Amino acid sequence: MEAYTIQGILLGAVIGVAIGIGVYTFAYAKGWSYLTDDPAACANCHVMREQFDGWLKSSHRAVATCNNCHTPENFTGKYATKLSNGFWHSFFFTMGGYEDNIQIRQHSREITEHACRTCHDEIVGAIEAAHPASSGGRLACLRCHNSVGHLQ
Amino acid sequence: MAETGSDEPTARRRRFFFIITGAAVLATIVGVALLMNIFERKQEARNPFYRVVELTDDTEDPAAWGKNFPLQYDDYKRTVDQVRTRFGGSEALPRTPTKADPRSVASQSKVEEDPRLKVMWAGYAFAQDFREERGHAYMLDDQIFTERQQVVKQPGTCIQCHASVYVPYKKAGDGDLIKGFEKVNQMPYFEARKLVSHPVACIDCHDPSTMQLRVTRPGFLEGMRAFKASQGIRNYNVNEQATRQEMRAYVCGQCHVEYYFKGPEKRLVYPWANGLKVEEIQAYYDEAQFKDWTHADTGAPVLKAQHPEFELWNQGIHARSGVTCADCHMPYKREGALKISDHHVRSPVLNINRACQTCHKWPEEELKARVETIQERTYKLRNVAMDALIDLIKDLKAAKGAGKTDSELAMAQNFQRKAQFYLDFVEAENSTGFHAPPEAARILGESIDFSRKGQKTLHNGK
Repeated sequence: MEAYTIQGILLGAVIGVAIGIGVYTFAYAKGWSYLTDDPAACANCHVMREQFDGWLKSSHRAVATCNNCHTPENFTGKYATKLSNGFWHSFFFTMGGYEDNIQIRQHSREITEHACRTCHDEIVGAIEAAHPASSGGRLACLRCHNSVGHLQ
Repeated sequence: MAETGSDEPTARRRRFFFIITGAAVLATIVGVALLMNIFERKQEARNPFYRVVELTDDTEDPAAWGKNFPLQYDDYKRTVDQVRTRFGGSEALPRTPTKADPRSVASQSKVEEDPRLKVMWAGYAFAQDFREERGHAYMLDDQIFTERQQVVKQPGTCIQCHASVYVPYKKAGDGDLIKGFEKVNQMPYFEARKLVSHPVACIDCHDPSTMQLRVTRPGFLEGMRAFKASQGIRNYNVNEQATRQEMRAYVCGQCHVEYYFKGPEKRLVYPWANGLKVEEIQAYYDEAQFKDWTHADTGAPVLKAQHPEFELWNQGIHARSGVTCADCHMPYKREGALKISDHHVRSPVLNINRACQTCHKWPEEELKARVETIQERTYKLRNVAMDALIDLIKDLKAAKGAGKTDSELAMAQNFQRKAQFYLDFVEAENSTGFHAPPEAARILGESIDFSRKGQKTLHNGK
């Protein structure tokens, strides 16, 4: 047999193993579920257990899923946010070294603030017109209503 | 030319082969590592613990429990840590070991830091030696080697809260916890010391078969029964009637309380028959005509308050909101996919994210500043109360020196007794007011009032 052929077979085998393990890990970790809107997917990796349990008992359970409040509405924005948050969540959960009471990033907080206004625009607009934020920015719904989605 | 032309693609192809193979191997390694990690997490989420040894109601050694609960045990062992906070915590200070006291490390001395304490405790062993408390791991050693042991003969009663006593009490009482407790109370301390071998251990707070919280110390069982009786609940049994959340405070309240040794049999009693507030405890002691000692300078029959954390917490906003000791001092933490209680019991100020931020969504620095503001204010008021008390003691001492009899001084002495107990109630309490800020301020305010009124009775008597 020619050297090329042997090399080709070896290369094929090695790449095949890598792809096989990759696909298996993806399936084992329920990777496909992250592409859906199912809130249970967010509790896959255990860290969001309390948030998920809290949402199940929350007032917003009937009207909003995780993605409604934590990702933008448009397709690209939604999947870009999923990609970025998904990467950092899995990175920290795998490597450890994050705080037990996890804290939302500024960018993600803005997405949620925006999401509040998707449904409650009328009342928020009326409040903001009457009481502009002193710093010139927007009023923060979450400052007082941070437990409507989930207590934790 | 032709030869080199055919060689170059071969070399390139070989390089390409090695790079791709290397990358595929690396991808395989990372993939397997990730797979293993996910697998471990899934296993952790499925099995909260593995029972590798059988625990019974006589398994005293925490290391045996640690085999079933290694994560909790690791944290428990870390109570040896010595870290200072602004007003509390202990500092590991080197000291030269002596024959009587072989400790090479001790914490800072409170009576040296504030010599007014020596005046307040004149004639009592605490004036000799009183140091900042260290972690649970040191409770046995620090009780054996304190210089207070050399000044007075301490009874076996002390051991209730300076060791794991559940199994030793049962042994001493031939299976009866209360009988064992009564027997050990009456022994000299060093004889009782021989019966115990561990600082507070798993079995002191946990049922070995269900791991549920359980109160094992007779002092608390009886104290709580007396307290509940004062509220009209008869024959209260903590272990049957308390809620799970209440138990998360009660197991700590087994020791972090005010107490005294009753009668010649030196029975450990928590003075709660009138209630948990300072004036209710003071009234209890007055009715029982109890005194810890006679003040050396003034002849007043005075009391020593001892770490009433449980009582003060009960008057605060956290207790009212159902937040217990364990919520802040042993908050939940994550280990992989597991959620456990942090058994490294310590100041919440050293663990703000887990202890405070579960409920208070503010930055760590902000929360720390709030705590320290409360403590700073309490400490200032405590100093004012301390100065007032020292003034009263000075005046009383002078009046005594001028030949006044005890019956002439009785009123002022009684004011000293009250002022001193109220002040010590906050001073000996280990949160510098934080467990119930307005209550601590109220107590110190009344203490100042007692001291000044005491001085007034002396001056009016002239």
